[in-house]
Amino acid sequence: MHSLRQNKLLAFALAFVVVQVVLALAAPWLGFQDPFRQIMSQRIKAPNEVNWLGTDQLGRDVLARIVWGARTSLFSTATAVSLALLAGGTIGLLAAYYRGWFDRIVMRTMDVLFAFPILLLAIGVISVLGPNAWSAAIAIAIVYTPIFARLLRGPALVLCEAEYVLGARAVGASDLRIIGSHILPNLVSVILVQTSILLSAAILVEASLSFLGLGAQPPTPSLGLMLSEGRNFLLLSPWPAVFAGIAILLLSFGFNLLGDALRDTLDPRLRDAEAVAQ
Amino acid sequence: MNTRFLIGRFIDLCFVLFGVSIIVFLMIRLIPGDAVAIMLGANTEITPDRIAELRDRLGLDDPLLVQYGHWLWGVVQGDLGTSIWTGRPVLGEIASAIWPTVELTALSVLVGAGLSVPIGAFMAQARGGAAEVAVRIGAIAGLTIPSFWLGIVSIFLVAKLLPGVSALGYVPFTDNPLGNLQRMVLPVIALSLPMLANLSRLVRSAMLDALGQDYVRTARAKGASRRRVVYRHALRNALIPFVTSVGVSVGYLLGGAIVVEQVFAIPGLGRLVLGAISERNYPLVQATILVITATFVLVNFAVDLLYAAIDPRVTN
Repeated sequence: MHSLRQNKLLAFALAFVVVQVVLALAAPWLGFQDPFRQIMSQRIKAPNEVNWLGTDQLGRDVLARIVWGARTSLFSTATAVSLALLAGGTIGLLAAYYRGWFDRIVMRTMDVLFAFPILLLAIGVISVLGPNAWSAAIAIAIVYTPIFARLLRGPALVLCEAEYVLGARAVGASDLRIIGSHILPNLVSVILVQTSILLSAAILVEASLSFLGLGAQPPTPSLGLMLSEGRNFLLLSPWPAVFAGIAILLLSFGFNLLGDALRDTLDPRLRDAEAVAQ
Repeated sequence: MNTRFLIGRFIDLCFVLFGVSIIVFLMIRLIPGDAVAIMLGANTEITPDRIAELRDRLGLDDPLLVQYGHWLWGVVQGDLGTSIWTGRPVLGEIASAIWPTVELTALSVLVGAGLSVPIGAFMAQARGGAAEVAVRIGAIAGLTIPSFWLGIVSIFLVAKLLPGVSALGYVPFTDNPLGNLQRMVLPVIALSLPMLANLSRLVRSAMLDALGQDYVRTARAKGASRRRVVYRHALRNALIPFVTSVGVSVGYLLGGAIVVEQVFAIPGLGRLVLGAISERNYPLVQATILVITATFVLVNFAVDLLYAAIDPRVTN
């Protein structure tokens, strides 16, 4: 019964995420209006049959800008989280495998990066690189690198002591082979769960940065920018700000739920613990 | 608490602060191109004389190690540099903007941590089927609602429903206590919600964990009431992971405050740092980041000590 419910949740979360991602990626071919076209006579309209979610301060279609904004957001967070996974994951794995001074120096460096409040470090990086969408992606990647390093080092440490890893080493397998074909495959479930949850968080960070004017710049469609622009004419029409916020929420919510459901399905230890609790 | 543990934690603290200082120091030096020209470029004419003068003022012509030494020595003495535009010490500008941020963050910790204990304990009693799913969805929704959106929507609702109430800006508590708290309500709700969601979920699972332990069964068997068992025995043990999470959440709040201040027009450190970035006033950006991060590191150091005081197992 229990696992059936878990699978239903996972299927729902997966469908929820896939629909949003497909909508965003396929936006140019789905017949939405042009997100850049300004129609001055149609400014700040409430939702109607032509513009389903209304129009913004320049008469652009809010629905189109939201879907394209989600696209911008997904591109930059996916880039950022992939970079962080690559850098942080490699660091965590190598630290766990080689231990000793390498582990100490590298993980201490990660501790230092970890000591900054996330958004503040991202803002610091952007102040150096200059505010634009790329800087925001790089900033998020830097901020999440130590998180991935820590998340993967722990489980990797345990795996390095496993009998089959010791065995592989005893028969003379190379370091690369041991890490690549004995340790890494066993970390896939941890990686999937954490990547999904961190993507959810990164979507919020990216939106915050664009909201502050430190991410994507106008006229790029961006959910965070829509919110900060919408704030200026909130009393005239709250729609652009309200819908952009809901879009951020749905994107972030989907990935978080997916990570949560994946954790239940992929981590039997945790599932058993929950079953005991019930 | 034994001294070995204390010394160990203190060494960790020094190391992290040292590392943070290096990163913050390097910030200005890492700016691509000529940082000085960029800094001057915002609104003055760039002449070789001016560049040379500013380079000299910032000590950029010395070897890197000497620059770091000078800078760190200054920081230790409370000299965080001077603002490029006003020429005044940046510490003064930070001091004048720090209180709104401190108040906003502290109130959010109080609300987030304070409410999460009863909410989490209550949620722990709802088990099985629909309740599980509701708790889960609620917690994830709380975590993923963008705080700035919540802030904007609440400003809109207050403006529509309570036209007389001023929700924006900041008045010092000493000038007008009621006005101060009234303006803090919405920002605190917006800022503390994700923390509240996260901590309630943590309290709930820690409670469920504790309720399954032998000592809880023993307490029930010797005739303690259900209420007493929940609040006296289980909750106490559930608090241990809770304390660590509160410390970590402070970092989230300090970052989130930057955004929430922007939404509610609160003149705190967030507005200061964003203004400094757009003016390219790098010494001010650098100093603000240093002050906020050092605060966060020290808060976590204090939490570690508190943690050790609550749970004697940690120090052994």
